[in-house]
Amino acid sequence: MADDKTPTRTRVVLGEVAARGRPADRTRTDLAEQTPVGEALVKGLMRAQLALALRLALVVVTGLGALPLLFVAAPGVAEFKVFGVHLPWLLLGVLSFPFLLAVGWAYVRWAERNEQDFVAVIRRPER
Amino acid sequence: MNPYVVPGLVVVVLVTVGIGVYGLRFARTTSDFLVASRSVSPAWNAAAISGEYLSAASFLGVAGLVLRYGVDVLWYPVGFAAGYLALLLFVAAPLRRSGAFTLPDFCEVRLGSPMLRRLASVFVVFIGCLYLVPQLQGAGLTFTTVTGGSYVWGALLVGVVVTANVALGGMRAITFVQAFQYWLKLTALAVPAIFLILQWQSDGRPQVTPTVFPAATTVVMEQDATVNGVEVQKGQTLTFEEGERVPDVSTVDSRFDADWLLPGGDGTLWATYSLILATFLGTMGLPHVLVRFYTNPDGASARRTTLVVLGLVGLFYLLPTLYGVLGRIYTPQLLMTGRTDAVVLLLPEAALGGGHLGRLLAALVTAGALAAFLSTSSGLLTSVAGVVFTDVLRAGRGGSVRDFRLATVLAAVVPVLLSLYVSNMDVSRVVGLAFAVAASSFCPLLVLGIWWRRLTDVGAIAGILIGGGASMAAVLITVLGPPLHGWLAEFIGEPAAWTVPLAFLVMVTGSLLTGRRVPSDVGATMLRLHAPESLRVS
Repeated sequence: MADDKTPTRTRVVLGEVAARGRPADRTRTDLAEQTPVGEALVKGLMRAQLALALRLALVVVTGLGALPLLFVAAPGVAEFKVFGVHLPWLLLGVLSFPFLLAVGWAYVRWAERNEQDFVAVIRRPER
Repeated sequence: MNPYVVPGLVVVVLVTVGIGVYGLRFARTTSDFLVASRSVSPAWNAAAISGEYLSAASFLGVAGLVLRYGVDVLWYPVGFAAGYLALLLFVAAPLRRSGAFTLPDFCEVRLGSPMLRRLASVFVVFIGCLYLVPQLQGAGLTFTTVTGGSYVWGALLVGVVVTANVALGGMRAITFVQAFQYWLKLTALAVPAIFLILQWQSDGRPQVTPTVFPAATTVVMEQDATVNGVEVQKGQTLTFEEGERVPDVSTVDSRFDADWLLPGGDGTLWATYSLILATFLGTMGLPHVLVRFYTNPDGASARRTTLVVLGLVGLFYLLPTLYGVLGRIYTPQLLMTGRTDAVVLLLPEAALGGGHLGRLLAALVTAGALAAFLSTSSGLLTSVAGVVFTDVLRAGRGGSVRDFRLATVLAAVVPVLLSLYVSNMDVSRVVGLAFAVAASSFCPLLVLGIWWRRLTDVGAIAGILIGGGASMAAVLITVLGPPLHGWLAEFIGEPAAWTVPLAFLVMVTGSLLTGRRVPSDVGATMLRLHAPESLRVS
């Protein structure tokens, strides 16, 4: 463990002490020391990220995953032609890739926003 | 033989080595290799990941499957790409933040169990070997198609070359080399595709169905079979007129007309969903995919890199389908010999004729195929050998380069032997099996490990043993066992639809039953996995 090592000698300057003691750092310490407050914050972030991922996964499951069932349930759909190409070929061979990319793009955007919100909470001055 | 092929292959090897040497000037120490991409943008990093990922199965196999089975197998390329979306949604950023370099490392970080680590190593080696088999198959096939030599020699030759290369450290996982391989593979399919479409236009847009011979064709039978109800012996030649329908050969499994053109067919729903589950969830468990994520500087850039990979891989997968469809028009004789995986290699000359253009494009495609199996198999062999080296030979405490070479040879022997045995299986089918094992062992481990605090080492071990073990057994029966029939064949041949839920179920139940074994530092681990790096306190 790092705790029981003798701490190395450091030079203490007044400015550093002042900087360390800023109230904004209390939440940061909560995080680092796993206090109930810190743990609740991390759980909140995890829940937000997981909910986002699950929601977008659901979009893909309904958008792509329902296709085999659809083709079996309504064979007429599969015989529909767009520009002389049968719909299943167009959907699977071409359109599925931009669709996946769009879902991925939305995820990256929103996941980064969740993280920014989290960082903003930690860094928020308490007074 | 095509006179442009050998110079093309030589150029690919020379440029690869050249870029490698150039890259070495920037990376002098081991840590340089790992963090070199800190100075590299997500776009380069993503091209490198895609370059390593797009294997012989993608380059040759997907087009072959489309040629043979039609619309139902389009789920292969969709799934290969969608796997990166699942990776992005559930794994990418937290995995990078965990600092784990391999899957066994992740087990150590999250659950701290040496037993789980050993089990994970076994699965990494198994999946890696299984995934290497189709690469060598692709190599053997390319060798046969281009030079007319025997399949066995081709697979052996490439197996030995790749092993020697990795063992001697000749081809390291340098970002620039892998990125170059991606663009080479994309060009090698895209440029001929443009000419093929133009040719198809000028031929008056021939229809895909019904499948007819584009010109008078002579086919040499490779097996005893029944063709149109007539017994035909091996070696017998059959001659067909221009416009004559391609007959159904009893020994070659393929689909015609509406079965090929329209989805569904006879009870393929189970197989389709099994394939979707395996490919969507299996990508995150492949040993050579994970290693590359460590080269991202932080979690957020790991996410962006994955997004770019999704785009690059999706762009690439637009092309094999086109080759499969055009192959139906220009190379239908492959449906009779069963060598459908060769369609990408044969199509340029078949459609554009044996002139300079056709031969040049054929050489380009062959060079792309070489890049495909060189990059993927080198990456795979490196990661498998790394795991054998650290976790099996236990040489970590002062392991020498000699031990690493021994590990490489050990890791290469089994797949090379297997590739000789399964030469008649579709390249992409074998890859699908590797995905199924990854999806039913590492996917639950990663997803639950990252998002569920109550996962315990006992639960994880039970889940991997039962879910992963079941899929492993199913794969071994499929590859080595006797042919099965009826529902059992589907159940064993496409195992993911039952092994993935089983693995999740066992892992969750096992963890809930052993709730006291939740690691005490789980809060700190979760903080490390999910909080942005800018908040790191240390």
